[in-house]
Amino acid sequence: MPERIWRKPLDSEKAKLPKAEIHIIRDQCKGCGYCIQYCPQKVLEESNDINARGVHPPRVVDESKCVLCSFCTSVCPDFAIFVIEKKECKENVKHG
Amino acid sequence: MMTEIEHPLSKYLRKAMMPHIWCSGCGNGIILNCVVQAVDELQMDLDKLVVVSGIGCIGRAAGYINTNSFHTTHGRPIALATGVKLANPNLEVVVISGDGDLFAIGGNHFIHAARRNIGIKVICANNFNYGMTGGQQGPTTPLEALTTTTPYGNIEHPFNLVHLAAASGATYVARWTTLHVRRLTQSIKRLLQKEGFGFIEVVSPCPEIFGRRNKMKTGLEMMEWFRRSSVVENFSDPSKAEITPERIVVGEFVNIDKISYERLLHEKIAHINEEKTWR
Amino acid sequence: MSNTVKRKAILTGAHFMNGDFACAEGAIVAGCRFFAGYPITPATEIAERLAERMPEVGGIYIQMEDEIASIAAVIGASYAGLKAMTATSGPGFSLMQENIGLAVMTETPCVIVDVMRGGPSTGQPTLPGQQDVMQAKWGSHGDYEIIALSPSSVQEMFDLTVEAFNMSEIYRVPTILLADEVVGHMWEKVVIPSPENLKIVNRKRPNVSPEKYLPFMPDDNLVPPMACFGEGFAFHATGLTHDEHGYPQTQNSEVQERLVRRLCDKIRKSVDKIVKVEEVMLEDADVVVIAYGIVARAALSAVRKARAEGIKAGLLRPITLWPFPEKHVEKVARRAKKIVVAEMNCGQIVREVQRAAKETPVMFLPKLGEDPHTPMEIFEGIRRNNP
Repeated sequence: MPERIWRKPLDSEKAKLPKAEIHIIRDQCKGCGYCIQYCPQKVLEESNDINARGVHPPRVVDESKCVLCSFCTSVCPDFAIFVIEKKECKENVKHG
Repeated sequence: MMTEIEHPLSKYLRKAMMPHIWCSGCGNGIILNCVVQAVDELQMDLDKLVVVSGIGCIGRAAGYINTNSFHTTHGRPIALATGVKLANPNLEVVVISGDGDLFAIGGNHFIHAARRNIGIKVICANNFNYGMTGGQQGPTTPLEALTTTTPYGNIEHPFNLVHLAAASGATYVARWTTLHVRRLTQSIKRLLQKEGFGFIEVVSPCPEIFGRRNKMKTGLEMMEWFRRSSVVENFSDPSKAEITPERIVVGEFVNIDKISYERLLHEKIAHINEEKTWR
Repeated sequence: MSNTVKRKAILTGAHFMNGDFACAEGAIVAGCRFFAGYPITPATEIAERLAERMPEVGGIYIQMEDEIASIAAVIGASYAGLKAMTATSGPGFSLMQENIGLAVMTETPCVIVDVMRGGPSTGQPTLPGQQDVMQAKWGSHGDYEIIALSPSSVQEMFDLTVEAFNMSEIYRVPTILLADEVVGHMWEKVVIPSPENLKIVNRKRPNVSPEKYLPFMPDDNLVPPMACFGEGFAFHATGLTHDEHGYPQTQNSEVQERLVRRLCDKIRKSVDKIVKVEEVMLEDADVVVIAYGIVARAALSAVRKARAEGIKAGLLRPITLWPFPEKHVEKVARRAKKIVVAEMNCGQIVREVQRAAKETPVMFLPKLGEDPHTPMEIFEGIRRNNP
């Protein structure tokens, strides 16, 4: 495979990566492990806790590494994890 | 972060029916996820969406989506969906069902609906067996696979579903695995916006029942099979789009324009009535 | 009928038609705008007539790939808001049974025409029979009640098709028109009334908002009001045992008990409104003939001939075969000395008659094969059984 040569983006000083907010609905997780395995940034790992279903839900290792690809959101069969963009202003998120 | 905030797609799911009955790692949940995501991205009018499903684990999907839904008898969702679509062509009718329901008992209805080019969309969860009843062989079970009714190895050649769909006349044919979530969602969006009969086969893990008997006892092992073996070959020959332990050919195979049955019917009725004189 | 002339939906006036055509016209008059069928002798003419007429009235005709698909499409169309019908004969009727059960379970208004022929199996496609009567009631698995009507003239092929649609809409139940090959193929005068003289009933609609709507919550008459797809009521229908929300409840015996009982009771408790019979000279009859369909025509002649010879004969003709007119048979049995049941099978309605007649002797006059009973055959039966 040829080595890729990356050029530095011209607006790399100004442009900001979106900040991610990862939400895990613990008791809905069935422990399949897809989100953990297939996160391209390896942001998730299996936690030691056991949820109401008797499995280990994922836990976030480093939320700042998340690039909001939303793969975990789409691949979760149980709607137990989703990632949204953290708003710039620090308003409290309404709890549903 | 752990919170009680609601999942952004939760409005598309019937809260009273959740959580769903599917096993840990079951691909049905991923298919449900991609379908509602596609519906969300298209901002579809949910009043006009009708989901028809058959019998099988994936058949429960109709009950989970918060829209008009009908859970039919085994093998008959396509025939019932035909009635719905013709009675009200403004409805978007989507059939979500399994490989056995659609291609064994329901095979005849599939080929005729494709032939007629009725504007219903069919999404098939292909998990290579009859999961709901405990893991019997089905029309897509690979050769030599072990199931409860092929304890010595399956001796039946499986269907190539995309070849069958293309040969029957479908205007849109695609195959993805549950690992290709983004492409699957985009494919479903294209499917929903196209006239005529469209079909997507989703190769789906059934770890508890099929995988366990065939050396892939976790969902992750099945998904790894998909990751290792799948190759995207858009618009390649559907007859050569095989599924083997080494190769799963995915992609969009057919995307053509052909007038749908309901449009032909509408034109015919208008034409007949123009030509006739009142008595 | 000419193909270049556009006809209205209601062809008011007198016509000379065959039974199958009259049935098709009855469907159109009742408001049927969806027909899905499959060719089968002797019901094919219904499909052919509707293939011609449906486009004229803005309805949909589709020939499906088999009878199973036909009844499935009919259920789908009914749920999408159209009055829907299919037509078949014995072999196709057998194929449809599973989905008739689905129509019962999902309380789908629809009409299924079975133009009975000689059976079992392929039998005698072009000759009449009355062998599907029990099947109409018990053909699908599980416990349920349906309504079945039996026409004995071409006029009744028209009238009872309209009635079948009305019944199916009121009770949200698949209604079966049990005709026979002779009534289906014979030609007689049919009078189609003008629109103001027709009684057409449509399904009851929900009178609550979508958020409050429970698709299987019954009204006073035990029938739930019916919403259709696309009207904003996002409801779920399933063949699984379900609660009032429509959600599957496969582990709950209370729900099963409640649902199955209601599906039966909604017909049983309205029996007096549903059952129809024709009574001829029953007031002082000693011998009563019970016959339906084409056989009733011969029976009527036989009864008149018997009266002319001084025999006190009468005729009870069930127009509703299911629910069976038990009360009418009981009443007849109390007064008459003998009952003669004439039907073209090895004994179907006769069993119901025996049950309802209790102590009154019931003689069975079967006939199998190409012709229905002749009036003389029934007359001989009356004479032999005249006390």
